Amino acid sequence: MNPTTSSSSQARHGGSRLVCLGIESTAHTFGASIATSEGRVLADVSQVYKPPLGSGIHPREASRHHGEVAPEVIRRCLRDAKIGLSEIDLIAFSAGPGLGPALRVGATIARALAVWLSKPLVPVHHAIGHVEIGALSSGARDPLVILVSGGHTAIVAYADRRWRIFGETEDITLGNLLDMFARSSGLPSPGGPAVEELAREGSRFVPLPYVVKGNDVSYSGLLTAAEEKAKQGLPLREICFSLQEVAFAMLAEASERALAHTGKGEVLLAGGVAANRRLAEMVEIIASEHGARFYVVEKRYSGDCGAQIAWTGLLSFQGAAGIDVAESFVKPKWRLDMVDIPWRR
Amino acid sequence: MEKIAFGEMRLIRKGAEASLFAATWHNLRVIVKIRLPKSYRIPELDAEIRSRRTLREAQLMREARMAGVPVPALLSMDPVNAWIVMQRIEGVRLKEYLESASREEGRGVCETLGRLIGRLHLRGVIHGDLTTSNMIVSSEKIFFIDFGLGEFSQKVEEKGVDLHLLRRALSSTHYRRARELFEAVLKGYAAEAGWEAAEEVTARVKRIERRGRYVPER
Repeated sequence: MNPTTSSSSQARHGGSRLVCLGIESTAHTFGASIATSEGRVLADVSQVYKPPLGSGIHPREASRHHGEVAPEVIRRCLRDAKIGLSEIDLIAFSAGPGLGPALRVGATIARALAVWLSKPLVPVHHAIGHVEIGALSSGARDPLVILVSGGHTAIVAYADRRWRIFGETEDITLGNLLDMFARSSGLPSPGGPAVEELAREGSRFVPLPYVVKGNDVSYSGLLTAAEEKAKQGLPLREICFSLQEVAFAMLAEASERALAHTGKGEVLLAGGVAANRRLAEMVEIIASEHGARFYVVEKRYSGDCGAQIAWTGLLSFQGAAGIDVAESFVKPKWRLDMVDIPWRR
Repeated sequence: MEKIAFGEMRLIRKGAEASLFAATWHNLRVIVKIRLPKSYRIPELDAEIRSRRTLREAQLMREARMAGVPVPALLSMDPVNAWIVMQRIEGVRLKEYLESASREEGRGVCETLGRLIGRLHLRGVIHGDLTTSNMIVSSEKIFFIDFGLGEFSQKVEEKGVDLHLLRRALSSTHYRRARELFEAVLKGYAAEAGWEAAEEVTARVKRIERRGRYVPER
């Protein structure tokens, strides 16, 4: 881990190290993590709700799962970090965006702990969490970020207290695309790795719609077309291969546009789909062609995890104090460019 | 490649989609725009995209010119090798122009911009990539470049997406004045395309925005 951003927090809080418990529960993952203001993740534990084969995530079932596993996940996290509850300085939770019922489980636990321990409560935007843990684990400082996950597909860069969106999907996300295609083709969940594995066996290109609108991409037409090819009986490996080639090239192109436009010297690939080797390869090529350094989130923090919340909670706490429990509503809908970012320059 | 010497070609801008070279061609100062192969794409996909866009760009530039919208003059092209030779426009990109412009100048230039977009849309020309990097301000005129992602369409949806992309380009790059600048664009657009058409497209822009991920008021 690269302790990049810790100095300012120590200055502000009298040189003492801060310890944060972060709780993640936006979608299928319930996670807990302990991170310190020096930029170290002491523990990161999670449990993933798996829907039955062929069906998607059901918000009520996900929240029931989270409620059941939460005590054990948090206990294990504290044990792994060798930290007692009394040593925790603040509690951060994913306040959105995501599935309401799932978010409320994490928020309820975080509120209870904050009240019981009399510690500040810090809400964290889940996507900003992906960006910041990506930056911390890779060492990127001021990157153009390509955020690819189940909930987000966005190309963002920081300027003047906000992460500004330069491009995004106009319909479903890259994670949705892979998951939904996998599901309708009988592949196991999570869909991304299953599609990637099959794609490696394919080599024949099947034409599929390539839709780039400025810096935006649109994936819904691509999903329908790929599902249609599968129904026609084309080999799944060839469709997976072509689906990846088209979907990733679209995003690489949109990212290259944003890179040329912003002139950033770094590119960071973050979020769950960042673990895909072919996507990383494409993004690395566009970065090097523009003389930018390529960074990718460490694999273990690429998917949803408590660490992204704990670390971003610490950053957020430097700029503003915690919030009142009475105001700690979750926000299932919350755009990442609405979040004030006091900790970056 | 066509067997005409371009004189010395000097790379002036490496965009996302194409590289621009300054060259001399039949004693003219020109821009040679080449869509070089992209190594991140597999060859089959790459070749198809490059030639399709080169051809479409030439067609749309011609149509824009006929609509009375300033574009560089198209001099020669080859869709197979994916290059276009066009007139070189001296000026500054709208992006830089807006950074140094006063409020008044910014609003004025955006109103003109809106008029020109209205004119393109009336003729069914969708630019497809309306960012402030794709317009050049030159002697009181705004030239449009980079039609490679464009298409011909009279659909409200495509016009809406076109304006939505411009609004987002303004709010990510010129965020301090984005709202005011986009309002000026809409004012110009309405003056050219008519209030009724403008209102229909503006309503669609709002709908497209609400379709975005995690927009609160749905």
